[in-house]
Amino acid sequence: MVGIITYGAYIPRYRIKTEEIARVWGANGAEIAAGLGVKEKSVPDLDEDTITMSVEAARSALARRDIPRDAIGAIYVGSESHPYAVKPSSATVGEAICATPVMTAADYEFACKAGTAAIQTCMGLVKSGMVKYGCAIGADTAQGAPGDALEYTASAGGAAFFIGNDNPIAEINHTCSYTSDTPDFWRREGQTYPSHGGRFSGDPAYFKHVQGAAHLMMEQMGTTPSDYDYAIFHQPNAKFPRKVAAMLGFTSTQIKPGLAVPRLGNTYSGAVPIGISATLDIAKPGDHIFVTSYGSGAGSDAFDITVTDAIESDVFNRSAAPTVEELLANGKYLDYALYAKHKGKIVMQ
Amino acid sequence: MSVPRYWRKQLNRYNLKGSKCETCGRHFFPPRGLCPECRRDGKIVDCEFSGNGTVRTFSIIRTASSDYDIQTPYPLAIIELDEGTCMTAQVICEPEEIHIGMKVKRVFRRIIAEGNGGVIVYGTKFVPA
Ligand SMILES: [Zn+2]
Repeated sequence: MVGIITYGAYIPRYRIKTEEIARVWGANGAEIAAGLGVKEKSVPDLDEDTITMSVEAARSALARRDIPRDAIGAIYVGSESHPYAVKPSSATVGEAICATPVMTAADYEFACKAGTAAIQTCMGLVKSGMVKYGCAIGADTAQGAPGDALEYTASAGGAAFFIGNDNPIAEINHTCSYTSDTPDFWRREGQTYPSHGGRFSGDPAYFKHVQGAAHLMMEQMGTTPSDYDYAIFHQPNAKFPRKVAAMLGFTSTQIKPGLAVPRLGNTYSGAVPIGISATLDIAKPGDHIFVTSYGSGAGSDAFDITVTDAIESDVFNRSAAPTVEELLANGKYLDYALYAKHKGKIVMQ
Repeated sequence: MSVPRYWRKQLNRYNLKGSKCETCGRHFFPPRGLCPECRRDGKIVDCEFSGNGTVRTFSIIRTASSDYDIQTPYPLAIIELDEGTCMTAQVICEPEEIHIGMKVKRVFRRIIAEGNGGVIVYGTKFVPA
């Protein structure tokens, strides 16, 4: 059955605390951190972007399980921070993992769910026999305007999944989606920072679509929340995924391993992919995983995943690449001035 | 450097692809077509380096051209790769952290971005292993 052959995550080393950002804007840091459930967030280094993080994540996946590079038939990179407006991130990733030239590639964009859309595309290509392996990546160096609420959470990171049907470490039993035209968050061409509909981003956007896709999945699979060991929901902050999990009937224990946002921030397209990675880091054969992403604009992709014996077999070396927990440890803290330099908020003349 | 020149050297920069002489075992980066030891007896083949190495010497760059200026101060080092050849590259760490003998491993980073509208050049740098 089609599934995840191997996976890898990447998180930059730098961090900034929510309280440090609040200090600059004269806001109450402790209150904001508690409200969002986000203590600190990752910050990319000066020479890191969606392409470099995607390459690192894909290389980590290949370190865990080597697959013939010429059998990689497709690469899709989902992000809202592709370094170029025109010139594919996916081709650079392909070249950097030696999968070029006999492959197809494209960059995806659907706010924060472009990475899960890439997984679905790879599943289709593998199931139809068009490719042996497809690589799906979700990564972002998320942008939030200085002083905007998004600045407290917009962070950087990503994860890569190689999809195939040859002895996967986790089978993807089913996927389904729920999509509608909803103006909760957008960024026009040429604009540096996104705009959002404020309060509008909650009920008619995140909660409606995540619940829509999640209910659809359980209906089509004939499952209930108690049938799953773990669940991962899109995490723009810690409040939304906790609330939607409770609304759907999932427990805080089920979402805990995949909830990286309190120490990571919102990695946009990287959020659910990193959540899946963190869960696979600790998963055992037979574990049943429920996933629902969310992308503004708006839509959700749901996945029903079962971990196989392969995850603990000789074909897969989980410790050959860092876990999400290891990537989150030993962060290097920046003050706001250095953070502004890192994020390119200071323009050098 | 012109865009075509960047592009021609891209494969070596992305993946540390060099060459080695199968006759004497010497490795070359950037790749060489002829072994200076074995000359015509040398058999040169392509090889990919593991990306693990050791800092042999370094310098702290404090003043750089405008495209690199935002990163200063940064360490630039001569790194001996485990396979036994040396290359010059940036090591991503604090200037006071780097030392001779430090073990490093390769990472994929931006090397240079030509202004706001030019090409972005990617390649290999190193971080403490
Ligand atoms: Zn020789």
